[in-house]
Amino acid sequence: MTATETVSTGSTSGTGSTTGRREIGSARTRKEDQRLITGRTKWTDNIVLPGMLHLAMVRSPFAHATITNVDTAEAKAAPNVVTVLTGADVTEEQGSLPNVWAITAEQKTPPHPSIAVDRVTFAGEIVAVVVARSAAEARDAAELVDVDYEELPAVLDLKEAAEDRVLVHPDLGTNKSAFWQLDSAAAGTGTSVDDEIAEARRDGIVLEREYRQQRLIPAFMEPRSFVCDPTGEQITLWSATQIPHIVKFFVSVVLAIPEHKVRVIAPDVGGGFGGKLQVNPEEFITVMAARRTGKPCKYTETRSESLMASHHGRDQWQRLTLAAKKDGTVTGIKVDLLTDLGSYVSLLGGGTPLLGAFMFIGIYKFAAYQFNCTPVFTNKTWTDAYRGAGRPEATFAIERLMDELAHEVGVDSLEIRERNWITHEEFPFTTVAGLEYDSGNYEAATAKAKEMFGYDELRAEQTRRREANDPVQLGIGVSTFTEMCGLAPSRILGQLNYGAGGWEHASVRMLPTGKVEVITGVSPHGQGHETAWSQIVADRLGVAFEDVEVLHGDTQVSHKGLDTYGSRSLAVGGQALVMATDRVIERAKPLVAHLLEASVDDIEFDSGRFAVRGTDRGLGIGEVAMAAFAAHNLPDGMEPGLDAEATYDPVGFSYPHGTHLCAVEIDTETGGVKLRKYTCVDDVGTIVNPLIVAGQVHGGVTQGIAQALWEEAVHDEAGTLVSASFVDYLVPTAADLISFDTGHTTSPATNHALGSKGVGEAGAIASTPAVVNAVVDALRPFGVSDVRMPCTPERIWKAIHDQAGGGGDPTEQDAMPHFDEADTADRTDGAGA
Amino acid sequence: MTRINVQVDGASYSDDVEPRMLLVHYLRERLGKTGTVVGCDTSNCGACTVHLDGKSVKSCNVLAVQADGHEVTTIEGLAQDGELHPMQKAFHECHALQCGFCTPGMIMQSIDLLNENANPSEEEIRLGLEGNLCRCTGYHNIVKAVQSAAGGAQ
Repeated sequence: MTATETVSTGSTSGTGSTTGRREIGSARTRKEDQRLITGRTKWTDNIVLPGMLHLAMVRSPFAHATITNVDTAEAKAAPNVVTVLTGADVTEEQGSLPNVWAITAEQKTPPHPSIAVDRVTFAGEIVAVVVARSAAEARDAAELVDVDYEELPAVLDLKEAAEDRVLVHPDLGTNKSAFWQLDSAAAGTGTSVDDEIAEARRDGIVLEREYRQQRLIPAFMEPRSFVCDPTGEQITLWSATQIPHIVKFFVSVVLAIPEHKVRVIAPDVGGGFGGKLQVNPEEFITVMAARRTGKPCKYTETRSESLMASHHGRDQWQRLTLAAKKDGTVTGIKVDLLTDLGSYVSLLGGGTPLLGAFMFIGIYKFAAYQFNCTPVFTNKTWTDAYRGAGRPEATFAIERLMDELAHEVGVDSLEIRERNWITHEEFPFTTVAGLEYDSGNYEAATAKAKEMFGYDELRAEQTRRREANDPVQLGIGVSTFTEMCGLAPSRILGQLNYGAGGWEHASVRMLPTGKVEVITGVSPHGQGHETAWSQIVADRLGVAFEDVEVLHGDTQVSHKGLDTYGSRSLAVGGQALVMATDRVIERAKPLVAHLLEASVDDIEFDSGRFAVRGTDRGLGIGEVAMAAFAAHNLPDGMEPGLDAEATYDPVGFSYPHGTHLCAVEIDTETGGVKLRKYTCVDDVGTIVNPLIVAGQVHGGVTQGIAQALWEEAVHDEAGTLVSASFVDYLVPTAADLISFDTGHTTSPATNHALGSKGVGEAGAIASTPAVVNAVVDALRPFGVSDVRMPCTPERIWKAIHDQAGGGGDPTEQDAMPHFDEADTADRTDGAGA
Repeated sequence: MTRINVQVDGASYSDDVEPRMLLVHYLRERLGKTGTVVGCDTSNCGACTVHLDGKSVKSCNVLAVQADGHEVTTIEGLAQDGELHPMQKAFHECHALQCGFCTPGMIMQSIDLLNENANPSEEEIRLGLEGNLCRCTGYHNIVKAVQSAAGGAQ
């Protein structure tokens, strides 16, 4: 089924009762906003406790070195310094930072200390910690810690690292952490990819391409911050995290503190994008410092620390071989990945690219598929999830290849996709990667996007500009994507050797006054769960939207949960909430039957009211909640109260999809790119709040565009992060962007009642190839078939003037961002003026 | 230590501060005005934007001593008698915030933008906000909110 979403605008946040209206699908303005727009937000860094001490980190300036001595005497003598900790001081206590996903039994996982003990492996690694009465005094004293290093050779380039000439961890004997393969012939899900490639070499088309996913930095706006209060029975840790439950588990396991003695609170959290899906050295250090001093301790990172030492994302070399028949019917794809772990195996580590292992086939029907992945150590900041985590990389590869194939066959980019995609009649469809896509309608989303975009008109304009040799050329880029969301069925995670499950929990507390408290195990940091969850409860229980309070992020309140990442909150946590509300109704029915002297089988529930079928006798849910609370007249054996909880373990992933279309104008004389138009139609299943969904799409699309055009973590030859401030790491500004046209089709998820598929990552997954395809499309008349990301003016200019080069020799140093005058003049930092 | 006298959100404060103390640290740490936040070290992000004598400044780029004798308005001083400022309302109505960390600075800058130019074009709004970074919204709804507030002011 396909339906167009209509987004109503304007405030609906009045105080009147909303019982009876349909909340799911309504563009509610957010409950969260009131505190955020008035500055009454509870960020971790706002927390001040009596006697609180402050931490400052001493970080390695070297990418690889032996620590020969750490002299803390002068720092310890500085004003108001309480103590200075080194790795040697905490060797036993600190344990090793966790990796929850050993992708193979043989995976090489070096110990990962929070404070380096005798060796540093990336520039930014912590070597000492100053604890002082104020943050300023801690930072002043950090300058006085004298560390002696003996520099060691560092390996920074991913391909060089794979050659094992310089080792990041000599003890391991190699820089390769593991090798992981998915092969359709071996799995029985398809034919042999080598056979299909051989066949295509004889009588068909073989495309061989190498694409680079540059290193990115999540760059959430709120720097990481941790406060630990060691007083009382439990240790309390406030953390700017996406994952309070997982942090609690690992504080306990790694620091050997009994799990029931740890409470973790994620208060208001200012963005994450995967970057706060981490158990951090600084988090453990704050806990260790608080336990040692017996005082509350706080650490808040600076922005340069955040860019340097919070985990990075992406960073892959992709070698791709696509086999097709002459008419453009694809028969197979072979994927060889080198992925950069940085210097340690992080929380998800080598597992992050595996989230893309099933997605290199996109929305298409291929006969054969093989995926080979080798995660490699380098002397750089460790990598982990960044918005999309594995799936943007896969989507980029296949969507770039489909455009290359269209060019090769000589048909339109959309036509080549139509020849290969799964049609809507074919769902549920089991792919050659072995996953069952439950629902979707690629034809409908594409048709709608095409019309909204004005595809044919823009193609006509492109032809005119090409014929006129216009110095400003128009490029049109297509991306028809799907992703696997709703992480994740626990059984499948077990098969993948992931260390936890993928279920989610919700509780509903029916308060005697008719108000409702909802507790969710997911942990929002900008997604608007308080609003969306209230809408779900209002619909399911027939209570007013305003009468629902959503509680989250505190492990003492939300005792059970697996937190927020992988577009899972609504698709998994939302369904848990639906189940919990259903249980409230089921619990109430015997009481209603008892009070109204009717049979339970005759009790109906609709829009907040229980009624005896066929009569006018009934009770409101608030009245029933009060009766269940008072417990004066309960049926025999019924426990007082109507509270209920549920834990939902998804039976399958969800598969949002969509069609994104991008038009860019390229000044062929300068290489400058201007976004002209961006249209996307996303099918995310049932939409609870279209306002929030549109916002997620806007933000995701922007981060994907930024990967295509601007952002890259750049290191110099010594391994120092050059782009370690917002002067150099180019998070886009309002002036870099345009307004977007967003639309929807709706194919509800079929494996749970709510029907939502997830939207957090969709934009970031879809938009990067749409933009790069548009850039390449604009440059086709110049013989250009690829431009490396980020597609800077310099790279584009070079591609135009050196057709074979495709944007220059792909070495790390060439990744340095350069800007011509026209481009820097548009930036905020004044560098161009 | 230097003695400063500052009006912040309508109240008078008199404090001894270190000459190196930044205005944003004075607001947050001494006055508890935690609505104003710090997002970077290089004056790029604009999260700490406040008004100094009615004009927007990045409070990480002003020393507390420079505010001596001046009037500071933060996000916490915008609403009057419980009534939100029209720009706060516009941000809420247009869903111009997600995580909300950039929002205080973004709202303060947006007000300044309309004070300078009551009827800006989309391009003028985008240029006027380019000193304030947002990682969540792609600026789409922030631009709409400023347009909406400008429309409401007419």
